[in-house]
Amino acid sequence: MPKYLLLKHYRGGPDPHHPFPPMDQWAPEDVEAHMAFLKNVTRQLEENGEYVDARALTQERTWVRYGGPDAAPVTTDGPHPETSDLIAGWYMIDVESRERALEIAAEVSSEPGPGGKPLCEWIDVREVMWERPQTTDPA
Amino acid sequence: VIGEPTLPLDEGALRALVPRVLAGLVRRGEDFDAAEDALQEALLEALRVWPEHLPNDPRAWLTTVASRRLVDARRSEAARFRREEAMYAEPRPGATEEGDDTLFVLFCCCHPDLSPASQVALTLRAVGGLTTREIADAFYVPEATMAQRISRAKRALQGRRLNQPGDLAVVLRVLYLIYTAGHAGRVDLVAEAIRLARQLTLATEEPEARGLLALMLLNHARFPARFDSEGRIVTLDRQDRGLWDTREIAEGVRVLQSALAARHPGRYQIEAAIAALHDDAASAGETDWPQILAWYDDLVALTDDPVRQDPAAVLGRAVAVGHVLGAAAGLRETDRLREVLGDRHRWHAVRGHLHELDGDLSAAGAAYADAARRATDVAERDHLVRQAARARAGEPYPMP
Repeated sequence: MPKYLLLKHYRGGPDPHHPFPPMDQWAPEDVEAHMAFLKNVTRQLEENGEYVDARALTQERTWVRYGGPDAAPVTTDGPHPETSDLIAGWYMIDVESRERALEIAAEVSSEPGPGGKPLCEWIDVREVMWERPQTTDPA
Repeated sequence: VIGEPTLPLDEGALRALVPRVLAGLVRRGEDFDAAEDALQEALLEALRVWPEHLPNDPRAWLTTVASRRLVDARRSEAARFRREEAMYAEPRPGATEEGDDTLFVLFCCCHPDLSPASQVALTLRAVGGLTTREIADAFYVPEATMAQRISRAKRALQGRRLNQPGDLAVVLRVLYLIYTAGHAGRVDLVAEAIRLARQLTLATEEPEARGLLALMLLNHARFPARFDSEGRIVTLDRQDRGLWDTREIAEGVRVLQSALAARHPGRYQIEAAIAALHDDAASAGETDWPQILAWYDDLVALTDDPVRQDPAAVLGRAVAVGHVLGAAAGLRETDRLREVLGDRHRWHAVRGHLHELDGDLSAAGAAYADAARRATDVAERDHLVRQAARARAGEPYPMP
């Protein structure tokens, strides 16, 4: 059973299928519907026995690098170009196949946006590598 | 152990009772789902009570306690069940053979309507006697997720007729899936798969069941040599053969021979025969590649369109072709698989190996790098990255 990370982005990725404003500008009932939908996706994954984890990330970002011996870490918190990737959160799922992972990603992407219309947000699907000893020798 | 009250019952013996008790309950007409839950509760009770007081007949004890749980569950559900007193009746001991019981429960758990993940989970619980927590750990998922998977699988079995012979091929595939899931968490799924396969060989004369057990043993025998002290993969041709488990190899060969004697070969027997030939070589240079190639010929002949139906066999055969007829011939064999396996790391890794056999280090380096980018396992990815870096630096990988 492979595991996949379905990454949601605040920004970055392919051009949006159709543009939509940030959620804080939506009608309150649309926000409610959106959140209820995503909660239901999680519940559905749990019921299917496919759920591993789901998390959201704050928007604040700090880049850090090694500053050299005896120096403090070097940080920068911006400004970042508007186009840079910013991950909003993820679902980690444990599923039968890649096809199933894509199906779930598409389901997430159908989340309702303003006016209840599907957002068609791009979801970044990544397979998680296994970390376990091999039980057979490679061919 | 059963019937010998003075013997303490170890965990293995306790777990061996699980499919027998479950089969008895289901045969008596209990719902599989409810019976399995009741048995899990009885097992917990046994772990609590038995250290102080081991029953004379552990199997009957488990059956009785599970039956009481079933009755309790039913009583609390509704008063409409009034026939439950009959449930206290103990099953006639020895009414069914142990082997039949195991096979019966395996067929339930490996019902073709269930998804592979459900079949694996249910088998580990209902036949292997593992807890949901242990199974969840082994697959790195939350316990609640595994519990859900198991209860969905059991619900899916409701209303299915469970009294007819199941599909042994599915059972074999499920056990092999458990085997390849590996050593993870606190539960050694490899040991578990070998134990279940051994139980299966007691339950059926089918040579493929013995072929599967032999394959597991012959592969597992090399496990101690498969990694160095740093956890790095050591390829078969460079393994310290002194570390191989000779006792396990001997058992594997014995089981394989008894399977082949039935003259009804199948994929597991053939793969076990190939594994046995590797195990049999005192050094990599002494590997009997022509014989291995002959077995691969048999393996690919099992399907009408091996490139599509069994590409892994065609890929394994390409390696053998490379060693018998030359690297170029092996590479030509892999070309046939480009469309089917071209996005899989193993296809590129095999080509890297064959390019290297051909003395073409730069092509090998590129193939290993392509393989590393596609690997889905950390140890394999690391190994392939090292291979790529070494080949690109022009350092040959000593071929025996």
